[in-house]
Amino acid sequence: MSQAQEAGRPLSPTAGKSWISAYLRAYPLQIGIVFVAAFIWVLFLIGSPQTFLAGNIYIAFMSSTPYFALIAIPLTLVVITGEIDLSFPSVMAFGMTIFDLVFTATHSVWLGFIGCILGGIAAGLINGVIVTKIGIPSLVATIGTQFFWRGGVMVLTNGQGMGMTDVQSTVLYPAIVGKIGGVIPMQFIWTIIFGLVVWFFLNRHRLGAHVYLTGDNVESARLMGVNVDLTKIVAFAIVGGAAAFSGFLVSEDVLFFWPTLGDGYLLNTLASVFLGGTSVFGGMGTIFGTFVASYIIGAIQGGIVAAGLTGYWTYVIYGLIIVVSVALQTVVGRRLK
Amino acid sequence: MDHFLQMKNVSKTFGEVAALHHVNLEVGTNEIVGLLGDNGAGKSTLVKIITGYHQPDAGGEMYLKGNKVDHLTVARARELGIEVVYQERALADKQSLWRNIFMGRELSDAWGRLDLRTMKEETRKLMHTLMGFTSSAITPESTVKTFSGGERQGVAITRALYFKAEMIILDEPTMGLSLSETKKCLDFVAGIKAAGKSAIFIDHNIFHVYPVADRIIVLDRGTVAGQFMKNELTLEELIDRLQHVAQTGHLDTRPRRRAPVKAKVAAKKAVARGRSRG
Repeated sequence: MSQAQEAGRPLSPTAGKSWISAYLRAYPLQIGIVFVAAFIWVLFLIGSPQTFLAGNIYIAFMSSTPYFALIAIPLTLVVITGEIDLSFPSVMAFGMTIFDLVFTATHSVWLGFIGCILGGIAAGLINGVIVTKIGIPSLVATIGTQFFWRGGVMVLTNGQGMGMTDVQSTVLYPAIVGKIGGVIPMQFIWTIIFGLVVWFFLNRHRLGAHVYLTGDNVESARLMGVNVDLTKIVAFAIVGGAAAFSGFLVSEDVLFFWPTLGDGYLLNTLASVFLGGTSVFGGMGTIFGTFVASYIIGAIQGGIVAAGLTGYWTYVIYGLIIVVSVALQTVVGRRLK
Repeated sequence: MDHFLQMKNVSKTFGEVAALHHVNLEVGTNEIVGLLGDNGAGKSTLVKIITGYHQPDAGGEMYLKGNKVDHLTVARARELGIEVVYQERALADKQSLWRNIFMGRELSDAWGRLDLRTMKEETRKLMHTLMGFTSSAITPESTVKTFSGGERQGVAITRALYFKAEMIILDEPTMGLSLSETKKCLDFVAGIKAAGKSAIFIDHNIFHVYPVADRIIVLDRGTVAGQFMKNELTLEELIDRLQHVAQTGHLDTRPRRRAPVKAKVAAKKAVARGRSRG
């Protein structure tokens, strides 16, 4: 007993090293992911110096990574509560379908945009209610809603896409996918804003405190009066809203809404959350980790192509990253006990 | 003595099964009541009625500080100052100490923004006063996972005291604790008394209950089989009486010496088990 106690809680460390070890103990996930990022960057620098020493590739990362980073950041909340959402790729398209319908009816870009976000939030709420009130495991429930919303999109749009050039005349276009000084893409700024806002809610707001407690021990949280169901429903709703926003952003960036929008974002989004150190068992995770991890995932995509491999390799790597990072968490977690 | 809790003629049946019949029970202000009883004696049912989780059958009455309470709910019981320290301790292992202390009752402003500074400061104070943690390696940021069983129980009890509980119900708090950890846990129970609060201490190990309880109530098969002030009898006498309850289901004032051999052996075994655990 006493040995285990000492192992888990070393006696006060010597003064010289104390702040380093204190930081390591306080932010192990964040520090770990920064090292992973640096390591992969060096690998790419060696593998393809002409690409990774030029600035262009970084601008490209800044504009394409937000497509899924904007969802991965709030998805971190859902995963910390011990749940998962697999329906967001379809919700991206569902939000845009609402935009399509509202815009066709009213010719107002703004109403369409609001409808798009509200549609996403509604889809998220439905996920949350199915999971908490009916009690279906989120893994199954959100696979179901993934197919449901994709089917709904296809039925409502009849499989037809929609040009987005009308949006270019409104302030929404430069505000969401413009470039600051012609260089920094706005979607990168939005990713930072999302990161800061979600970080605030997770670390400085009662909602975030309940997110951690719910994921750590749902029974304890319930006994102590935490509204577990509401916490999960809110987390799902935020992911839904973010997915719709991301769907709008992607469609604007390519100036076309494809009803297949969202296909291909499932793996890299999940890989970002898990590589970022968020525990698949709930109760642990950081926004900083997800943010950095999503750029690692984005860089891997670019790096693989730059290294001359076919794009098919990206799936192999993403799959590997998900399995390895979850396995590492499990092994390290067991050691810490 | 003035009473914090009085239960009169409380019964509870689940379908066909009578879990409690006609239980009368009081807990005095600043009194530690030990509630002893075997599995299935009705201890948890009784606790769940006191905490508002179950409603008693018609005819039973409950009084808190002399006021009759009807249709008690979990939230209402809490408002009235009844806190439970559950067997599984209701802690979140991977979270920091301060998050556990303020679990579900985080200090925040009208917008829900957390007051981290105050919560950590209060936790630090509690560590040095009620919890008696002196090691500099434990901070409000330490994760509860690294704590020992007795310390974890202490966190749960401290939390209840901090939130102004009038009466704390301890549901088998020594379960699965080592000798020295049990000692720590019992110190926390003694701390409840010192803080001027009441407690119901449920256990089936009399060696844990006896040292800290003022009064001991024995529950058997849904009825109160007997109760004693601790200063009325020694531990040895109590064990004798408990053996008698185990055999007959009721207490005689004079312990019967000649008991059926089989039951006596079983009771002895139970006591020996308790002793080795305690």
